[in-house]
Amino acid sequence: MAAEREPPPLGDGKPTDFEDLEDGEDLFTSTVSTLESSPSSPEPASLPAEDISANSNGPKPAEVVLDDDREDLFAEATEEVSLDSPEREPILSSEPSPAVTPVTPTTPIAPRIESKSMSAPVIFDRSREEIEEAANGDIFDIEIGVSDPEKVGDGMNAYMAYRVTTKTSLSMFSKSEFSVKRRFSDFLGLHSKLASKYLHVGYIVPPAPEKSIVGMTKVKVGKEDSSSTEFVEKRRAALERYLQRTVKHPTLLQDPDLRQFLESSELPRAVNTQALSGAGILRMVNKAADAVNKMTIKMNESDAWFEEKQQQFENLDQQLRKLHVSVEALVCHRKELSANTAAFAKSAAMLGNSEDHTALSRALSQLAEVEEKIDQLHQEQAFADFYMFSELLSDYIRLIAAVKGVFDHRMKCWQKWEDAQITLLKKREAEAKMMVANKPDKIQQAKNEIREWEAKVQQGERDFEQISKTIRKEVGRFEKERVKDFKTVIIKYLESLVQTQQQLIKYWEAFLPEAKAIA
Amino acid sequence: MPLNIIPHQPSCASVDLQGDSSLQVEISDAVSERDKVKFTVQTKSCLPHFAQTEFSVVRQHEEFIWLHDAYVENEEYAGLIIPPAPPRPDFEASREKLQKLGEGDSSVTREEFAKMKQELEAEYLAIFKKTVAMHEVFLQRLAAHPTLRRDHNFFVFLEYGQDLSVRGKNRKELLGGFLRNIVKSADEALITGMSGLKEVDDFFEHERTFLLEYHTRIRDACLRADRVMRAHKCLADDYIPISAALSSLGTQEVNQLRTSFLKLAELFERLRKLEGRVASDEDLKLSDMLRYYMRDSQAAKDLLYRRLRALADYENANKALDKARTRNREVRPAESHQQLCCQRFERLSDSAKQELMDFKSRRVSSFRKNLIELAELELKHAKASTLILRNTLVALKGEP
Repeated sequence: MAAEREPPPLGDGKPTDFEDLEDGEDLFTSTVSTLESSPSSPEPASLPAEDISANSNGPKPAEVVLDDDREDLFAEATEEVSLDSPEREPILSSEPSPAVTPVTPTTPIAPRIESKSMSAPVIFDRSREEIEEAANGDIFDIEIGVSDPEKVGDGMNAYMAYRVTTKTSLSMFSKSEFSVKRRFSDFLGLHSKLASKYLHVGYIVPPAPEKSIVGMTKVKVGKEDSSSTEFVEKRRAALERYLQRTVKHPTLLQDPDLRQFLESSELPRAVNTQALSGAGILRMVNKAADAVNKMTIKMNESDAWFEEKQQQFENLDQQLRKLHVSVEALVCHRKELSANTAAFAKSAAMLGNSEDHTALSRALSQLAEVEEKIDQLHQEQAFADFYMFSELLSDYIRLIAAVKGVFDHRMKCWQKWEDAQITLLKKREAEAKMMVANKPDKIQQAKNEIREWEAKVQQGERDFEQISKTIRKEVGRFEKERVKDFKTVIIKYLESLVQTQQQLIKYWEAFLPEAKAIA
Repeated sequence: MPLNIIPHQPSCASVDLQGDSSLQVEISDAVSERDKVKFTVQTKSCLPHFAQTEFSVVRQHEEFIWLHDAYVENEEYAGLIIPPAPPRPDFEASREKLQKLGEGDSSVTREEFAKMKQELEAEYLAIFKKTVAMHEVFLQRLAAHPTLRRDHNFFVFLEYGQDLSVRGKNRKELLGGFLRNIVKSADEALITGMSGLKEVDDFFEHERTFLLEYHTRIRDACLRADRVMRAHKCLADDYIPISAALSSLGTQEVNQLRTSFLKLAELFERLRKLEGRVASDEDLKLSDMLRYYMRDSQAAKDLLYRRLRALADYENANKALDKARTRNREVRPAESHQQLCCQRFERLSDSAKQELMDFKSRRVSSFRKNLIELAELELKHAKASTLILRNTLVALKGEP
């Protein structure tokens, strides 16, 4: 079986290019992924490469990202395929902890005793099957919730800890429901690791939520006002969406770093993500260098699909940004409307108090009450405007940046291949020269070098084809996800608008007889 | 910009007028020119005083103010609530906005621009309609009042074909008016502080306390209602770029989101119109009503002041009489002066009492009417919104 698998992106035991690693992360993370090269390969190769988009099943209820539904789902995990075999042990326990302090064992290998016990190869199939099924668009049996933000510590060293709860029936996890405490930098660290492993080979890795020095400082300093509560809530929701998107990716779901993040009770602190750290600055410099490189790569595009898609994403990006700006204005104005309505409610109440005609006075007080309730409605609607509509747009703006990054990596990959070809040519020329000059030792060296570079050219071509293939599949999956995501959220948002209107009807219907009662 | 409008429906709904048909006044036409508005005042009357039964004149805002001031300065009407003068037509803000729009913003698409222009023009039109209504209701209240309708200046205003040659107040007069108001407030404060000047009538004592507080609070409520209305309008305007962006997104998409985005774009366009209507209804039924009664309650306060002044004069006359009697000098003139003051005061008190009670019943019935209409309109718009939202939801859910 293993032979059928496509070789994992990192065929060697070492990271290919240092500069390809995102964020200048340390080398050992890629070592871990190498170990994945055996059975639990990221590629469910039995799937036809491109055909995920062909399966359009109905919207997965598990994809509801932005509400309090997480209580409802997966009250009990289904256990049909919950196998945990001893065969998996060698894979799991032989993983060296990647350059970090040893972690408490992730999966206590106490197999959940179910009726079946199968032979080793089939077991791997089973877990991969689950993922494949899921990738086909069926119910993805994993649900993540981020909740209970808790301030830990004091002063500038304080941080927020979030509870990450996983509910799943996938057998790769030892339990069906478990939770851990994580802080923001842990999420960033996870993204860092995933990005460094998968981005440069063409996988669209969902970006983590953005840092905010100002927002976090307020929280650290202990400001208990509504803006810091809002900030924490905004972040919590963003972290939840981030994890939901990440686990939906069939390849990323199999990543041990992700599993460790979800399961292990202790996680080594991800230091490279500190806001103004040296690594941070190095990252900025690398990104700048990247940008310059991008501009100078002139690629002979043999496949119009890529050009087309890039253009599409560019357009989409622009339009989403425009829409996002307008929606932010909407949120702002709705909050203003809410504040103004509250103020009016108060003055209507005062007016009612002054009014000396009894029935009119009562009606005015009722009006004040109605307006107060309406103010509440406006506030709630503003939340919906923001958390559903606005945040969806900003999430996708950042996701599209990741998509663009993946296309760029393909260009770089092509460049590398191209460079190898050029070097090979030079080596051949050098050999020819040596032949003429008749220097036998140098000729041998030249021949060695030619062999070396021939291999590199072949590898370059393979890599390029691989990344192209991966990107095609990824884009297909991404687009499918995007359609579902948008449709789900749009429907939810409209339902929130309906809710508001219905409440308005209720309030005004209650008020009308009061107004008519004025005699 | 020249803007013609013919208001064909009963004017400002803030005021409940029960005039009889012997004198009917309305503004049948209005034209807005660069700096001024020209109102065509049409009168229908069978009163013998007028030469014809139906006639029209053209009047400008300053002539309305002249008429109002004439009433205020007339001693005969001291015991009456003089209907508040209509506010000056003010299109400044609206004109500025239209101009800014005209100056152009390249990031705005042609459709967005058209919609924004449409919105601003509608706003301009609404302001215009309101100013016509305010001027009309002023005249109609005068025509409905049994005493005020018989005023000679009123007849002139309605009938005299030529320009009344009433120029706008020059700076000296404006200043004079301003000072007069200050003096009046100071005077009022002084009077109430005057020893010996006790309010003998519980009714007026209550009215005074009531009106002072009421006027402040209704002014507050009016300002805040204005802000709510403006915030609503802002919200409605926000839907314009949202709808446009959704439209662009929809046309670019090649997948199922195409129809979703386009439907959403359409939805927001319709929601925008509904929000706009909510805003304008709140404006008419709530803000305008509050504003009118803010002015009317000020007019009532003015009446109370005049009565108080008369009371003070009466008190002073009493004192003067006593003094004259002690000195036994000029007793007769003092006596007749005191009698005049007494009669004036009593006349004012009687008529003021009636006026204030009318004010209350007018206010109550107007609030009732407007609050009912407000609630009904809010319900109508909420139901319409629910309907279009639901239809869109059905369409979106129904798609594969």
